[in-house]
Amino acid sequence: MDLITQLLVAALSSGTPLLFATLGGILIERSGIIQLGAEGLMLMGAVMACLTYIHTGSLTLTLLAVLTVSAALGLIHSFLTVTLRVNQIVSGLAMTLFGTGLSAYLGKPITGTPIPGAVPKLDLDFLDSVPIVGDLFAHLDLLTWFSFLLVIVLHLFIHRTSWGLHLRAIGDNPPTADVMGIPVQLFRYGCIVVGSMLIGLAGADLLLIYSPTWIEGMTAGRGWIAVALIIFARWNPLRAMFCAYFFGVMDTIGFKIQLIGSAIPSYFLKMIPYIVTILVLMFLGYRNRNKPSGSPEALGTPYIREQRF
Amino acid sequence: MSERPAAGALPLEPGTAPAPRRFIIRLEIDPSRKESPWWMTIVSVLLALLFCAVFIAANGKNPWAVYEKMFTGAFTTEFGITETLVKAIPLLLCGLGVSIAYRIAVWNIGAEGQFAAGAIAATAVTVYFPDLPFYASIPLMVLFSIVGGGIWGALTALPKTYFQVNELITSLMLNYVALLLLDYVVFGPWKDPKGFNFPGTPMFTDAESLPVLGDTRLHFGLVFALAAVLLYAFTMRYTRWGYELRLIGANPEAAKNAGIRIKRHIIIVMIVSGALAGLAGMSEVSGVTHRLMYGISPGYGYTAIIVAWIAKLNPFGLVVSSVLFGGLIVGGYSVQTMGLPSSISNMLQGAILFFLIAGNMIAKFRLRRNG
Repeated sequence: MDLITQLLVAALSSGTPLLFATLGGILIERSGIIQLGAEGLMLMGAVMACLTYIHTGSLTLTLLAVLTVSAALGLIHSFLTVTLRVNQIVSGLAMTLFGTGLSAYLGKPITGTPIPGAVPKLDLDFLDSVPIVGDLFAHLDLLTWFSFLLVIVLHLFIHRTSWGLHLRAIGDNPPTADVMGIPVQLFRYGCIVVGSMLIGLAGADLLLIYSPTWIEGMTAGRGWIAVALIIFARWNPLRAMFCAYFFGVMDTIGFKIQLIGSAIPSYFLKMIPYIVTILVLMFLGYRNRNKPSGSPEALGTPYIREQRF
Repeated sequence: MSERPAAGALPLEPGTAPAPRRFIIRLEIDPSRKESPWWMTIVSVLLALLFCAVFIAANGKNPWAVYEKMFTGAFTTEFGITETLVKAIPLLLCGLGVSIAYRIAVWNIGAEGQFAAGAIAATAVTVYFPDLPFYASIPLMVLFSIVGGGIWGALTALPKTYFQVNELITSLMLNYVALLLLDYVVFGPWKDPKGFNFPGTPMFTDAESLPVLGDTRLHFGLVFALAAVLLYAFTMRYTRWGYELRLIGANPEAAKNAGIRIKRHIIIVMIVSGALAGLAGMSEVSGVTHRLMYGISPGYGYTAIIVAWIAKLNPFGLVVSSVLFGGLIVGGYSVQTMGLPSSISNMLQGAILFFLIAGNMIAKFRLRRNG
């Protein structure tokens, strides 16, 4: 494989967890709720995946456990932000801090236990002879295929269905949506719970496929990069795909440079994804300085029916 | 009948049913309640302890015994109390740093990185200017750490003010950059050549170490922290700058119309915020570890966020909450003998923040009967 193909393959494997987390975040933020708990949710997803897989050896149970736990955490976030209307930033931070602590606590006994090959691969042998496509798609695991499907489903859901229209209305203008008879609070609950499940799945994907050993704090800021990716992607699932793979490349490019045998210390190469995140955000801020960011207009404001202040 | 019938005694037309009343009791925000009562904090902490007891019990341990051990480990012995205060010093400094930023709704979550930047900058003094007398080296280390942390804070502020970049993301990304930089110097150029490959710099000389109290580990950083508390309280209450900050915090639109330059305030606040965390980094390397080493912070910068929030950004409240959370960290270490990981304290911290924000909000609600 030449370098470009290698990078593409790497982008796919390290970009998929980011993609899941970004898609979950987009679903949540489209409903008007800020989602900053991604780091904690991903860590909880990863640790649950590792714990269940080690104890049961069943992929179905593993995914079920991950989805249940992240849905429960999503319920907490939605109860706090939608029903109690607490500051969404602080609730998200609390989620991150709690998830980081709880995952470290739960994962202590299994730290360093490797779990190889949990997710079956879809072998498409006829693709082997095709140059680049074969390297990329011939032996992909099922979760990655599911992420492709999810991008399309989410895109169609948001832009082509009446429920998606309701969702956009809630994110942009909840009072109007309410007058139209859309159950605003219920929709927000649903989006937060489903979105949190996707973010939890991102953590599970990271652990089951990308680096199959639990290490405390293994997401290393990927949850926060996913928060930035929501902004890059302008809250659009299709763009999210390209942004996630771009960051997948940034995630692995340092490692590749090291393999080539460069003199730059690895610590500096590991800084690349973090610094690129800031630089890209600055570039977008500069380019869009006179344009709307594409964010849902009611993002961050709780909706209070029948009350005035 | 011209009179309005009393509720519950609606005369029924044939074929109609009374409209169902969906909720008899309804929650709504009581606008007259601005602040939640002080006991709500205690209730929230207790509920968080109760919540985490589930996870401790799931681990096959008696939660009550674990909490008792944490408390006695942190607050009953002389060693425990001084250790708690030693941990409270960086929490207090970082907590003050993030508080001042949160006052004007700048969400600095980068205290961890600013702490590391300050520690690296202070250590640079010992590396590049060895053999200075203490009256030169200590002030120089303080200065360097303030500048280092301040630069790290400014790196968060400038993208925000000039490119509208969300400071939450920038400050967090910079945490990882600072920690990698710290790893680089302690594994690379500054590593102690006689340290048997230990990832740390050579031990500081006595002239580069902060004085300690008697034969305890409690060091002079406590004075820095308490001085910072007084300075913060004074600035906020009695200076024009503090007034402007309070105005921005209360109503940014009004502040802007009053001619306050918000961008400039954001930059200065972030520099001050970073400088305080940087000073915490200096006091930690110079007062506690006496060297810069790998994993120098057990997440002080993140805990400081909760410390600031639980104190409602009040400087004197911060003194209390940082001692409490210092005790929580020490308690976390002391239950390791029971076979529990010390990350139990991180779990508790997160849970406390959850219950605290929920509790503070619930206190503002009132129950009201429908109809």
